[in-house]
Amino acid sequence: MKRRLFGLLAAVLTLGLVAASCGSEGVTTTRAAFVYVGPVGDAGWTWAHDQGRLAAEATTGVETAFVESVPEGGADFADSVRQFIDDDYDVIIGTSFGYMDDMLALADEHPNVVFEHISGYLSNDTNFGNSFGRMYEPRYLSGMVAGSATMSNQVGYVAAFPIPEVIRGINAFTLGVQEANPGATVEVVWTSTWFDPVVEGDSAQALLDKGVDVLAMHQDSPAVGEKAEAAGARWVSYNSDMSAFAPNAYLTAPVWDWGPRYAEIIEAARAGTYTPAPDGYWGSMADGVVALAPIASDVNADVVAAVEARRAEIIAGTFHVFSGPINDQDGYEAVAAGETLDDGALLGMEFFVQGVIGTLG
Amino acid sequence: MIGLLVATVSFGALLYLAALGELISEKAGVLNLGVEGMMAMGAVSAFMAAHQTGNPWIGLVVGILAGALTGLLHGWFTVVLGAEQVVSGLSLTILGLGFAAYMGKNVVGRPPGAVLAPVDWGPLTDIPWAGPVLFGQAPFVYLAVLVGIATWFVLSRTRAGLALRAAGESASTADAAGHSVVGLRLCAVGIGGGLAGASGAYLTLTLTPQWAEGITAGRGWIAVALVIFGAWRPGRAAVGALLFGGLLALKTRLQTFGVDFSPILLSMLPYVSTIAVLIAISVRARNRPSPAPAALGTAYRREER
Repeated sequence: MKRRLFGLLAAVLTLGLVAASCGSEGVTTTRAAFVYVGPVGDAGWTWAHDQGRLAAEATTGVETAFVESVPEGGADFADSVRQFIDDDYDVIIGTSFGYMDDMLALADEHPNVVFEHISGYLSNDTNFGNSFGRMYEPRYLSGMVAGSATMSNQVGYVAAFPIPEVIRGINAFTLGVQEANPGATVEVVWTSTWFDPVVEGDSAQALLDKGVDVLAMHQDSPAVGEKAEAAGARWVSYNSDMSAFAPNAYLTAPVWDWGPRYAEIIEAARAGTYTPAPDGYWGSMADGVVALAPIASDVNADVVAAVEARRAEIIAGTFHVFSGPINDQDGYEAVAAGETLDDGALLGMEFFVQGVIGTLG
Repeated sequence: MIGLLVATVSFGALLYLAALGELISEKAGVLNLGVEGMMAMGAVSAFMAAHQTGNPWIGLVVGILAGALTGLLHGWFTVVLGAEQVVSGLSLTILGLGFAAYMGKNVVGRPPGAVLAPVDWGPLTDIPWAGPVLFGQAPFVYLAVLVGIATWFVLSRTRAGLALRAAGESASTADAAGHSVVGLRLCAVGIGGGLAGASGAYLTLTLTPQWAEGITAGRGWIAVALVIFGAWRPGRAAVGALLFGGLLALKTRLQTFGVDFSPILLSMLPYVSTIAVLIAISVRARNRPSPAPAALGTAYRREER
């Protein structure tokens, strides 16, 4: 009796397996999986991606899943991806730079799965693409708000590493500050970390001690805002609207909105029309991937109007942040009048514009 | 410049609290490399308690208790069961960091419920220079000073301190003198954990009032190094804490002073100077006994004498 039951069980299991594999071959339901480098509750980078996931799920109706706090450069990333693929997920989105090489290898291994990498530069011709956003556009606008808010004409900027992405952001911000307030300077402190709230906060304090009264940041925690709040200074956050951490200090923030892009990728995968963008997808404010968060209610209406006007011009393509004349930190011409830096120059940016105080590492 | 001194004292106290805990534990003969883990447990527990109750003092007490309990886990393994102290301590670091991350999942990125703000000393705070540096600090700084003095007094001036040191120098002698080596060592490890917990609470209740995984960022290890740097003496450790705290404060401020020196090299300095002190100690040890407790790192079993 026992043996017969066992045989029956084995038969049922085998049938089940066959049915399951038939299912995944026959009816293709697109499912998207996200791998995050940080916790979804970080209020910053990963939180913004998870909001994008939820928005894409709502617009496409596709089932999604995620795994958080997956470190770069170990076996964990590939393991999580393989697990998702075993569970029939056919769109994999990885949101950290360090996943890039693993993703390329996995994409070759699994030609039927669509891979999209955020913030890298590699891709293949079939199933591996990468996306990023022109964050320098809203950073310029946030600079205008900061430039109008400073009384001491000294703005501080707490930044992680001197790489082109961060340098581009500092330069765009500074150009924005100077449009609103030509005499103001932006002083940079490098923390050598994306995420260490103690160092981020202390860097902010060091700048405040020097007389800075508006702080901006390229960091993942809200520690800078807490110091600004305590000192009665103002704050431009990053990644997401972090006003809850420093309600009085908060001015505005350049933010991510990944929902539309994620929906686009998932729709293309579902329709079987996905092809990686040849040089990578670099979405702008016009595309909606990057945006400026609402400006604090106590900011002067004239300032808000000026920012709105610039925003419209950037979206219309009539204003470009890196159009000359732009001088470098030492006063030499970096971009001639009438010229605009192309994407190659933007992606490899290794100089500070005039008005930035600090060294490139 | 005042800002640098304020930050030096404030970071110094952060390191000093944890280092005093490690010092007490090591004086009793128990090396606890789990400072980082105990700090993380104290940090997350203090934040959660303050978040729940809105009272930072409850947060502090809960943080101390969490650190002490985590420390006692190490005590249970190494003192009661006689496990290898280095292995258990390293495991405690990994366990503490991991468990703290798990516990704190729902409060990541939450605004603080309550903050332990700097004490207001009234007119004293207005004294130029000394005012903000000495009288503009958070309660944790004064706690660190009090605990430092108490540690020095108890260890060198009381019978209880003598018994504790005996447990760390020669456990069998302490045993023969009628002291409970297990009791003394557990007590020391528990107090050590509590102080590491307090240091963690300082992080999440005052320095950066928020919880995030990895907020301790290796500062527990600096505390371990500090005990060696201070040659197992509370007074010298205080000097070391100010020195290392100054290095932490300089890491960001050197740039604002316009000095072009890599912040990465600067964050190496505490460890480099600790190695230098270790070398100095071993060179000196040729003709003088090492300042390290003689029984440090060894389990005590009465039958194996």
